[in-house]
Amino acid sequence: MELRLDGLSVVTDGKSLVRDLSLDVPDGTVVGLVGPNGSGKSTALRCVYRALRPTSGAVRVNGDDLARLTLRRSAQLIAAMTQDGAVDLDFTVEEVVALGRAPHLRGAQRLGRDERDACAAAMDRLGIRHLADRGILTLSGGERQRVLLARALVQDPEILVLDEPTNHLDVRHQVQLLSLLRQSGLTVLVVLHDLNLAAAACDRIGVLSQGRLVAAGTPEDVLTPELVLDVFGVGASVVPHPLTGDPQLLYSLDPAH
Amino acid sequence: MPPPVTSEPTAPTARAGDTPPTPAPVDLPTATPGRKRLLATGPGLLLTCTVLGALLVVSVVVAIGTGAAVIPPGETARYLWAALTGGTIRADEATTYQIVWQIRTPRVLLAALVGAGLSAVGVAVQAMVRNALADPFVLGVSSGASVGAVTVTVTGGLAALGLYAVSAGAFLGALAASVLVYAASTRRGALSPLRLVLTGVALSFGFQALMSVIVYLAPDSEATSTVLHWTLGGFGAATWGALPLVTAVVAAGLFVLQRHARALDLLALGDETATSLGIDPDRHRKALLVLVSLVTGVLVSVSGAIAFVGLVLPHVVRMVVGATHARVLAVAPLAGAVFMVWVDLVSRTLAAPRELPLGVVTALVGVPVFITLMRRNGYAFGGR
Repeated sequence: MELRLDGLSVVTDGKSLVRDLSLDVPDGTVVGLVGPNGSGKSTALRCVYRALRPTSGAVRVNGDDLARLTLRRSAQLIAAMTQDGAVDLDFTVEEVVALGRAPHLRGAQRLGRDERDACAAAMDRLGIRHLADRGILTLSGGERQRVLLARALVQDPEILVLDEPTNHLDVRHQVQLLSLLRQSGLTVLVVLHDLNLAAAACDRIGVLSQGRLVAAGTPEDVLTPELVLDVFGVGASVVPHPLTGDPQLLYSLDPAH
Repeated sequence: MPPPVTSEPTAPTARAGDTPPTPAPVDLPTATPGRKRLLATGPGLLLTCTVLGALLVVSVVVAIGTGAAVIPPGETARYLWAALTGGTIRADEATTYQIVWQIRTPRVLLAALVGAGLSAVGVAVQAMVRNALADPFVLGVSSGASVGAVTVTVTGGLAALGLYAVSAGAFLGALAASVLVYAASTRRGALSPLRLVLTGVALSFGFQALMSVIVYLAPDSEATSTVLHWTLGGFGAATWGALPLVTAVVAAGLFVLQRHARALDLLALGDETATSLGIDPDRHRKALLVLVSLVTGVLVSVSGAIAFVGLVLPHVVRMVVGATHARVLAVAPLAGAVFMVWVDLVSRTLAAPRELPLGVVTALVGVPVFITLMRRNGYAFGGR
């Protein structure tokens, strides 16, 4: 299912957070959003999972305006892994994952056998099955991130949006999570801070600066030393990955270089 | 913060951060149970509810039989059976029968209903405003009810309602308070949980001041006792007349809450997550506010503001059956009903013939229980 941000603008309290952002996420591809802090990445993403209503423009799935769908319907199509992971109550990991089925259930309807199997499979995939009976509030940050991704997978969406999913994860789980995204076959829009991970994981990358899309394309086209200096204010050398050929950035802490 | 000593038998996983390195996913086909809550399973829940239900029936019969005139449970059951089936009793039993059926039964049933209602509403309020310290009265409902009741007592208004005038005044006061809290805490049409709590607390102080002024200026002392009754609560005024309405309101409230149990779960995950999982948090919060105000308003108008039940019972139940609202909402009303029946019994027998205010007993019994439970199980609500 294709996701498209169509001339998206968000103005909050007179401040323009996202300006006329247009970006295509073709069916089954992984598209990364990168940019400095405060460049509007999370704001754009919030419009996709409908926590925020765009001031103008639209988010389209297969051409349909998302705002015309019920929240329940869009939750069946789009799953989100957000930064807002604060949970009030000490649900068990299993219960949190099972809540991913919420958009598919009505009223007091209970989980079916297939759905419980799907939850178990998702926990296996993320390596958190052994935590099933643990309270969510007792987990470390990285474990919690994986629980939230398992919940998003259980939601059985067409489109997955993730806001800095590699936060708190150790390097092994970062690599695991991103390769899982690549293999999922879902349409993925992901905000990443680490440009090297973005280059390795994404088919295309969009670069945001002060709410505007300043570059979009394949990692090779986008991640140039000029752009990194221009947008992030950091000098970097770009070298091809010795095995995959993906562009990788090397930074120097010495301003003389 | 983990307690120094844990008496939980299976607690290999007590703290965050001390988990062993995660083995590869494929290595773990069979999960090792960590902190499995036995009562959190389907059969366990059924068992819990059955036991509590039986306990409630026994408690009600015992409570009806106990008082200034002690009636053995067998006799009590016989009177109740006679009353329900239209059976006959001997003429010399008429006085005892009157005590059982006309005075004690409505009182004990009202206690059970109010206990059940306050517990369930407490669960809903805590999820609605995302605050562990919230109870049904945090939104100013109880102080609003007191103002309404005192106003009616002092001015003699609503006289057309006769016996129910003061209760009606209390209900109107409670509703007025809810509407005020709602109006004052919405911003751009949205209802923020934190603003809701703060507005409720602030307006409660306002209502209390208003109440004090009315009592201070009132010529008689009846207003003072009315205030005392409404702030500490009691079932002394229970009659059969109010029971059908209270039953209907509590039953409807429980039914609606049970239907929305999953939405309450989602609200506890935060607004952004709730939205991404397909519910509109703001709309649910507004609907909950209406429901909570109506149910609490009715409960307060028949029994006054009985503190502590709606705050602590939800926590106690969560410690036992876990956080999922479908389970909590099944168990909390039963537990609250049993608790309230016993609290009322203690309040009218401990210092007989005088009655202790209910609020005193709830605090005396509940506070130590709550603190003990909280220390023992490493219970967490929004962090530890």
